[in-house]
Amino acid sequence: MNALLLNKAAKPVIFLVALLPFAWLAWGALTNNLGANPAEYLIRSSGDWTLRFICIVLAVTPLRVATKTPALARFRRMLGLFAYFYVCLHLLSYGFFDMGLDLGEISKDIATRPFILVGFSAFVLLTPLAATSFNRAIKALGVKRWQMLHRLVYLIAGLGLLHFFWMRAGKNNFGEPIVYAAIIAVLLGWRVFNALRKARVPAGPVGARAQLSK
Amino acid sequence: MLIRSTDKGFVHPRSSEITPRSAYEGRRELLKLLAGGVAGAALAGWAGREALAGVQGPGKLAALPGAASLVPGANTMEKLTEYKDASSYNNFYEFGTDKGDPVKNAHTLKTRPWTVEVEGLVKKPGKYGIEDLLKLSAQEERIYRLRCVEGWSMVIPWVGYSLAELIKKVEPQGNAKYVEFVTLADPKTMPYVGSRILDWPYTEGLRMDEAMHPLTLLTFGMYGEVLPNQNGAPVRLVVPWKYGFKSAKSIVKIRFVEKEPGTAWNKAAANEYGFYSNVNPNVDHPRWSQATERRIGDGSSLFAKRSKTLMFNGYEAQVGSLYAGMDLKKFY
Repeated sequence: MNALLLNKAAKPVIFLVALLPFAWLAWGALTNNLGANPAEYLIRSSGDWTLRFICIVLAVTPLRVATKTPALARFRRMLGLFAYFYVCLHLLSYGFFDMGLDLGEISKDIATRPFILVGFSAFVLLTPLAATSFNRAIKALGVKRWQMLHRLVYLIAGLGLLHFFWMRAGKNNFGEPIVYAAIIAVLLGWRVFNALRKARVPAGPVGARAQLSK
Repeated sequence: MLIRSTDKGFVHPRSSEITPRSAYEGRRELLKLLAGGVAGAALAGWAGREALAGVQGPGKLAALPGAASLVPGANTMEKLTEYKDASSYNNFYEFGTDKGDPVKNAHTLKTRPWTVEVEGLVKKPGKYGIEDLLKLSAQEERIYRLRCVEGWSMVIPWVGYSLAELIKKVEPQGNAKYVEFVTLADPKTMPYVGSRILDWPYTEGLRMDEAMHPLTLLTFGMYGEVLPNQNGAPVRLVVPWKYGFKSAKSIVKIRFVEKEPGTAWNKAAANEYGFYSNVNPNVDHPRWSQATERRIGDGSSLFAKRSKTLMFNGYEAQVGSLYAGMDLKKFY
C-alpha cells in the first residue's frame, strides 16, 4: 500500500478523483440535469463536498498512524486545498445564484443571518491555511508555527458543522448533520486520545525509553 | 352642441353589457404586459389557453378538467411551471425531507377509498366520500402563483372549487371562528410519519374569513388531471397568498373550532412560522430574507436573477382587506 501511494502517478490520480464531484456538477449544470432548482442544488452540493473534504483531510493522520502508511501524509495538503476549492465554489454559487453578486446585499446577508456568518467565518479562517499550503510557507513560518496555524482546521470543522446544523434547524432535519458530526467527533476524538496518551507516557520508565528512542 | 345624456354612462339597460371585473382586470394586465414588451409570449399563452379551455395534462393520470374560473385573481397569465418540475420538487415530509423524496416514495399512498370528515362547530357534520366531494361543486381551473417559505416559487394550474362551497353546505355555527385541517398520518404508507421532524399528523388552520375567501381552493387536480400523490392527492388545500406549507395535503378531516388551532410548523418552530404565514416581502424569516424568490423553471433559471416577492404573493387586491389594521410583523 505504502509503495503504491509513493508511486509517481498517485498524486495526479488522487487530484483527478478529487475533481470528479466538480466535473459532475459542471456537467449537470451545462446539460440542465440538476433538478428543478439547479441553483439550490449547486449551492448545497458544493457545501456538502466542502464538509466531505474536511472529513477526508482530518482522516489522513489517524489513518496514517493506524495503518502505518506514512506515505498518506503526502496527500494531506492537496486534500486540504480541495476543501478550500469546494468552499470557494460554495461561496461563489451562493453569491452568484442567490445574491446576484451584489456585494452590498451579500455583506448585509452575512451580518443579519447568523448561520451565514458562521459559514463565512469558517471560509475566512480556512483562507490562511490554503495560502500557506506550499513548502516555502512551511519554511518561512517554521514547522511549529505552521502546525499551530493549521490546527485552526479543528475550529473550522466545528464551524462548518454548526453552519450545517443551523441551516437544517428550522426543519428539525438533523439526520445528515449528525452523520458528519459523528465522523468529525471520532476524528478529533482520536487526536485528543492520542495527545492524552502521549502526555501520560513520559511519566513512567517505559515512557522515558520511548522518548529516548524517538 | 352639447347633447345631454340621461344615463351618464352608469345605467345599463342590460346587465350582460356590463364588462365583468375579471375581464377588464385581465385587459389591464395585458396592457401592462404590452407596455413591458412581453406581449408576444403572453398573447401566445392567452390564445393557447383560450383555445384549449384548460391546460393540457401530461396524460399520466385520470383527466380532471375544470372550467375557466371567474374568481378575480384566479388566472395569472404568467408562464406555467412545467408539470415535471411541479410534480418532482415537493415538500411533503410524510414521504421524506428532500424535495426529490416525495416523487420517489409517495406511490404507496392509497387514495381510494378516501373520506373527509367534517366535524366540530357545524350544523351538518358528516363524512364525505371523495367521489361525493368531487361532485359537490363545479370543478374550476385556477392558475395560481405558489410561493414556498424557502424562497422559491411556481405557477400551477390547479383544479378544484372554492372551499367556501363546502363550508356553506355544512353550515358553521356562529361560534366557529377557525377551520382546522387534519391530514393523513399513516405510518404504513408514509415512511417518515413517526420521525421527530414534526408532530404528526400534519395539521393546518385558517381563520373563517380566510377559509371563506373565494381564492381558497379545495383542490383535487392540477394540469387538467387528478393530483399526483406527491402533490397531496386526493384532496388538498391551496391558499395562494400564503406560504405553501399552509396548504395542507391529503386532507382527512376538516374541523370547525372556536380557538385558533395549533399548526404543524408553528408547533415545531413558533418563532419562524406563524399562524398566518402570509407571503410578505417585508417580514423576513429569521434565517433568510423573504424579499425575493427563485421561479422554478427551465435551465436558464440558473442564470436568471431572483424576482421580487409581492405582498400577499400578488393577491393583495383580493385579500389585503382581510388583514386591515393588523400588524403583520407581529402576526406573521
